[in-house]
Amino acid sequence: MREHVNKSLTSAVAWIDERFPLTANWKAHLSEYYAPKNFNFWYYFGSLALLVLVIQILTGIFLTMNYKPDAGMAFASVEYIMRDVSWGWLIRYMHSTGASMFFVVVYLHMFRGLLYGSHRNPRELIWLFGVGIFLCLMGEAFFGYLLPWGQMSYWGAQVIINLFNSIPFIGPDISLWIRGDYTIADATLNRFFAFHVIALPLVLLGLVVAHIIALHEVGSNNPDGVEIKKHKDPKTHIPLDGIPFHPYYTVKDIVGVVVFLIVFSCVIFFAPEMGGYFLEANNFIPANPMVTPPHIAPVWYFTPYYSILRAVPPLFNSQFPGVVAMGASVLIFAALPWLDRSPVKSIRYRGGLYKRWLTVFVVSFLVLGYLGTEPTTVWGTFDKHVILLGGADRATVVARFCTAAYFLFFILMPWYTRIDKTKPVPERVTS
Amino acid sequence: MKKLLLILSLLVPTLAMAGEGGNFPAAPINMSDQASLQRGAKIFVNYCLSCHSASVMRYNRLKDIGLTDEQIKKNLMFAGEKVGDTMMVAMDKSEAKGWFGATPPDLSVIARARGADWLYAYMRGFYRDNTRPTGWNNTVFDKVGMPNVLYELQGEQRLVTAPDETGKPASHLVLDKPGTLSPAEYDKAAADLVNYLVYMGEPARAVRTHMGGYVLIFLAFMFVLALLLKKEFWKDIH
Repeated sequence: MREHVNKSLTSAVAWIDERFPLTANWKAHLSEYYAPKNFNFWYYFGSLALLVLVIQILTGIFLTMNYKPDAGMAFASVEYIMRDVSWGWLIRYMHSTGASMFFVVVYLHMFRGLLYGSHRNPRELIWLFGVGIFLCLMGEAFFGYLLPWGQMSYWGAQVIINLFNSIPFIGPDISLWIRGDYTIADATLNRFFAFHVIALPLVLLGLVVAHIIALHEVGSNNPDGVEIKKHKDPKTHIPLDGIPFHPYYTVKDIVGVVVFLIVFSCVIFFAPEMGGYFLEANNFIPANPMVTPPHIAPVWYFTPYYSILRAVPPLFNSQFPGVVAMGASVLIFAALPWLDRSPVKSIRYRGGLYKRWLTVFVVSFLVLGYLGTEPTTVWGTFDKHVILLGGADRATVVARFCTAAYFLFFILMPWYTRIDKTKPVPERVTS
Repeated sequence: MKKLLLILSLLVPTLAMAGEGGNFPAAPINMSDQASLQRGAKIFVNYCLSCHSASVMRYNRLKDIGLTDEQIKKNLMFAGEKVGDTMMVAMDKSEAKGWFGATPPDLSVIARARGADWLYAYMRGFYRDNTRPTGWNNTVFDKVGMPNVLYELQGEQRLVTAPDETGKPASHLVLDKPGTLSPAEYDKAAADLVNYLVYMGEPARAVRTHMGGYVLIFLAFMFVLALLLKKEFWKDIH
């Protein structure tokens, strides 16, 4: 009996293989994709990002079945999901928490790149696809946040769309074109819905596939930043330090998945608002174009960039320099593979200069992120007698220093990575 | 060093969170006290629902807080609605705006927007102010359009401004005319109402926290199994 079943399975697979490269793909991407055996904690976040993507798509499908993209009905339809749709509250909290967790996971995934030089030759394209994914994700988050049609949805979108106003000459026309109306209105909601549920997810999925295909072409980096393909078994041509992704990393990633789900569930079931950071209190007030909330703060994952926007002083009464700085602060990640001139990839063999600059960058990013959630008056003003700074908002001054540090990390990178004293890199991975 | 940084980065949002919503004393509410929720529901339909709708809250959802359809129909519904209807008001919105200066907001999710502590302070913060069109003002919502609809229960308060120990001007409320409830009884009624509003803001909350415990227990088992599986596979990798 068992032999019979095995035989029919084998012939079924053979039938498919003649028509579609099933076995070949299984081998190329899983059972015979050789990954370095020394992955550490930081290497969980790639597979977790994929998990969150799947969660967002699946929960998104069910939300779309009940959500109404109509300015008059959107807010109530979200509450309908929360109350009258079977398990609607769970689906909605998974989606809203998933949005924030996506950024948590992706920020840690990107930080891994900075630690071990995952953006370096020959992985520049993987990195560029990754930057594309990050941009798409920001777009997804921005468009999606308008959909609940609460006060923060409305005024957050208002602030961001108005940024385009500051573009010289054509700005007002561009923001009118984006909104599709003279104010944020039903037309805006409808097009944001379209972008959120179909346009960007399609681009995002394409980029994720490209990201993984490029990765599997060159092979994964590792915490030592050495190329495992340099040392292959002469007979089998398998990298000596490589192990098949399946089953080794699939079973290892399951552990990561379960730990992630524990954190994810703690938020969903016990703190879905996460103290106002994942779901803002003001967003439980329906959008009202006539009432501006006293304090408009973006969701936490945008706050570092929002801080940079606020920190840059206006020029000729125009916010445009701040807008350019904010855009540059995101896009500059794309230049990283060419800014980094260090002879080594991994932080393990880099010198103190890079480590210090990376620390400065991370601290600036976190401080900017915190300040972006608060009004600029949060730390009061400097005493009138302080030279140069007298009367200025303390938070703004700190944000300016952090903005400068943020950009200097990138701009000075070609210099400090070249002169940094590196340590010798081992030939093979260390355990 | 690396671990220290990691811990610090995890602490930052926690510290930021600790600073929020600390302006009002905590509302003494208990979501698992069904009697309190039922009393709150009764105050809500009797006093609030004349002007404020709860347009996404269905009457029969109140079965959550231990009521039957019959009890809901008999005690909480007065205008001939069906038990599956949502809590709407008959009052015309534009007329209401004319009367109060602002349309009374829908209260379905007011507790999620304002927080329980703010609501509790608000329900206890009304005082007589003859400069206002309604004759009422509120310590936490200055120049509020809403009069104190619970004044029969609470009585009438007056705002007294006097210097405190440090000499700075401070104000507090004094009960001028007592209502049918004593101040302690009124505070309890206000807490019941806020308790109900918090429940109404998210009726699934009780199911959510109840289920969460089981999900975490399941995941803890899964974690052990996943770890053992990983160890089994990885024992030949050196």
